[in-house]
Amino acid sequence: MNDLLLTIIEVLIKGMVLVTFILLGAAVQVYLERKISAFIQGRIGPNRAGPFGLLQPFADVIKLFMKEDIFPKLAFKRFHQFAPVISMGIAIVVYAVIPFADPVKITMADGTVKEIVMGVAPNLNIGILFILAMTSVGVYGLTLAGWSSNSKYSLLGGLRSAAQMISYELSMGLAIIGVLMICGSFSLSDIVTHQKGWFWHWNIFAQPLAFIIFMVSSFAEMNRTPFDLPEAEPELVGGYNTEYSGMKFGMFFLAEYSNMATGSILLILLFFGGWHLPFPQEWLGLQTGSIALGIVQLAVFLFKLLAVIFFIIWVRWTVPRFRYDQLMHMGWRMLLPLALLNIAVTGIILFII
Amino acid sequence: MNEIPQGYYLLLAGVLFTIGTIGVLTRRNAIIIFMSIELMLNSVNLTLVAFSSFFGDSSGQIFVFFVMAIAAAEAAVGLAIVLALFRLKKTIYVDEANILKY
Amino acid sequence: MDLFEIIFYFFAAIVLVSALVVVLSKNIMYSAFSLLFTFFGVAGLFVLLNADFVGITQIMVYVGGILVLIIFGVMITTKVTGVDIKEGISGKLQYAGAGIITLLTAIFLSLMFINGKWITGSSTDVHATIHQIGTLLMTKYILAFEAAAILLLIAFIGAALIGRRKA
Repeated sequence: MNDLLLTIIEVLIKGMVLVTFILLGAAVQVYLERKISAFIQGRIGPNRAGPFGLLQPFADVIKLFMKEDIFPKLAFKRFHQFAPVISMGIAIVVYAVIPFADPVKITMADGTVKEIVMGVAPNLNIGILFILAMTSVGVYGLTLAGWSSNSKYSLLGGLRSAAQMISYELSMGLAIIGVLMICGSFSLSDIVTHQKGWFWHWNIFAQPLAFIIFMVSSFAEMNRTPFDLPEAEPELVGGYNTEYSGMKFGMFFLAEYSNMATGSILLILLFFGGWHLPFPQEWLGLQTGSIALGIVQLAVFLFKLLAVIFFIIWVRWTVPRFRYDQLMHMGWRMLLPLALLNIAVTGIILFII
Repeated sequence: MNEIPQGYYLLLAGVLFTIGTIGVLTRRNAIIIFMSIELMLNSVNLTLVAFSSFFGDSSGQIFVFFVMAIAAAEAAVGLAIVLALFRLKKTIYVDEANILKY
Repeated sequence: MDLFEIIFYFFAAIVLVSALVVVLSKNIMYSAFSLLFTFFGVAGLFVLLNADFVGITQIMVYVGGILVLIIFGVMITTKVTGVDIKEGISGKLQYAGAGIITLLTAIFLSLMFINGKWITGSSTDVHATIHQIGTLLMTKYILAFEAAAILLLIAFIGAALIGRRKA
């Protein structure tokens, strides 16, 4: 019973830290997005709140908190309130199975060595499936928001987002299967461990096609440009969140950025070697399981994460939006067959080797 | 590892199945009938998995996958029929779809 | 009360309450959303029974696929929240029939539950279910697997044909 209690406390502490970092991460992403977009468009960007405008995201959040919480008169009130909670909850739940570094061994006061895994439950043997399943639940937040607002723009945005996410989930899942076949495990830790050593062990070199398919589909899953049709401003005012204001809108906003981080993390874990350096980590002379190595791995992870997020923002301000039929055409007639082809080719090669 | 007797799972599945039956027999809305059928299929899945787990054989779980495949096929065809009905009669109440030919 | 039991009763309560809401609620949107909770509860019970892969597949297929379709159907077909309790003599008759059949089902199931002597195997090695399931699907049940694939293909073609607007 004591062990159980300790485990529960450990998980609670990890969860709190993780949620804090998710929210802070969203703030960082908002800041980066605004700064980078300004840089690309030759503007200055936020520069009033704090040094270099660093406090801008917090000012945004305070503004959202202060705003009046408006219900449309004809909205389905209960679902209208519930939808952002689903979106936000699902966006956070996904982090439960994400590992951030190798386990760290800590010597306790009584001399016993305790192994602490970096993440809430990263060794779950169906980790990647859990993430896929949860993203498919995430559709409900958007669909419900669109339907319950009782507005044509919201409804169109909600239906669009549902159709888009379902379509691209398929090619996303099928792209992952190639990686899973190589690594032979559903567990995210195992997948990352499989890629350690030199950087050519990373899955991107073994599965380039899967990488491209996965990246494109995760752009669509994250509702980012060039696939941000659910909230295409010129066509739909604001998409599924047209009728939302105040912190309810803020929750959609946070969920979106948190999903963006999830997508980037998945990209790193599956294709870019996770927390591993591009060269064998023995060169650093750090012991496996030491705290120093853990910190180095976390730093590597964060660096890769920032790089991918920079890339995503860069794409947003460079590529124009797709038309809806082009989007569906691409999902079903290009990515899906390519993903199936990838599985077949991977299978044949694995059979021959 | 699992102290709950097998009978509890079976009882739960039985109650779930009965609830599904009530739904199929009393509701008029085609989509709710549909959901009740999904409830019944789920209860069957529950018994299959319970048997498989207590018997220590994975074959029971395989059958769950086949049930799921059939449920998916049924959902696709069934909803297509419901939508076609709605387009034709502007209703999804099954007792208002009472002509055999259009 | 040990932890397993608490978890079991928790999920069982979720499943039963939400299933009742599905069947009895007058608002179809509430029905659809409590079905979500039923599916989650059943998935939790699967995980409790050491069938984690089936549990996650349950969420992916039912919640991520079937229920989305159902909610699409609800959104497209429902405008006003209608009450669909049957009135008149035919409604009463229908309820009587439904009651009898339900009662029979319940009696039948409870008789099976009381009198059945279920064989429980000695083997408790149910870990690594994914590996076992994969092997079984590709060897012993390969024919059924292919048949299911063909069934799905036919069903989807049929659904697309029925659902398409006549040109």
